[in-house]
Amino acid sequence: MRRFLTPLVLATLAMPAFAEDDYIRPVQHPLTQEECSACHMAYPPSLLPARSWSEIMNTLDDHFGEDASLGEEARAEIEAYLVSAAGDANGRRFRAAPADETPLRITDLPWFNREHKREVSTRMLERAGSMSNCSACHRGAERGYFEDD
Amino acid sequence: MTSPIPSLKAAMAAAALTVLAAPVLAQDTSPDQLLSAYEAEAGASADLARGQALFTGQHTGGKPDTPSCTTCHTMDPRAKGQARTGKVIEPLAPGANPERFTETAKVEKWFGRNCNSVLGRDCTALEKADLIAWLSSL
Repeated sequence: MRRFLTPLVLATLAMPAFAEDDYIRPVQHPLTQEECSACHMAYPPSLLPARSWSEIMNTLDDHFGEDASLGEEARAEIEAYLVSAAGDANGRRFRAAPADETPLRITDLPWFNREHKREVSTRMLERAGSMSNCSACHRGAERGYFEDD
Repeated sequence: MTSPIPSLKAAMAAAALTVLAAPVLAQDTSPDQLLSAYEAEAGASADLARGQALFTGQHTGGKPDTPSCTTCHTMDPRAKGQARTGKVIEPLAPGANPERFTETAKVEKWFGRNCNSVLGRDCTALEKADLIAWLSSL
């Protein structure tokens, strides 16, 4: 029993706190929602720490291989929102990556890969277009619900 | 008899109409107006064939993942495209999507981004005129 439970408990601890009910608070800021969702779902800000959002919002001229530049006013406003709602905002501890790392892709986080590696078939991934396309499989993703569909 | 229910209904209907009437994006221009403005800025006339060649051509100056407009918008701008993320891109040709080229700030934002992604530089006013002329002809 103990040998069975230990890996399970460890796996649960390593997952983000929100994973219990599959709800992740979506973007609450209209400009962030509008601008970020032009090319992909506006991802929940708690999935990355503040340092990651700042890095992303200051390298928009090469945003994962595309120019996603914004006017400075909009850029700064969106960065401020993302930082304020980041996974380590308000003194929370961000556990999905070591403190000395600045993850830029949610899809690179270990928990993300653990959750998706076995479940997403090649056919599902082809249909979705890429791992960036949450709502291809999680129909409630835009509203924050990431239950399996 | 005046019951409060119909007036509430009327107020809700009015509110719903207000929401429906307010466009998400401020429409301040049209493809024709933009075409004229870019032609005036360039001091030259647009050319459909040049626009088509620019749009459908493969380019080398930009980012490696986006060598052509067609990478995301496909060879048929009247059809839906797909971003590299998998997200659907609504048709670009105004004939298939009347919302296109109706907001100056949006048009400039996307020319700025996409010309840099595909060509590695800004598009000239004449190139923008050529592209709008071709897309509007479809």
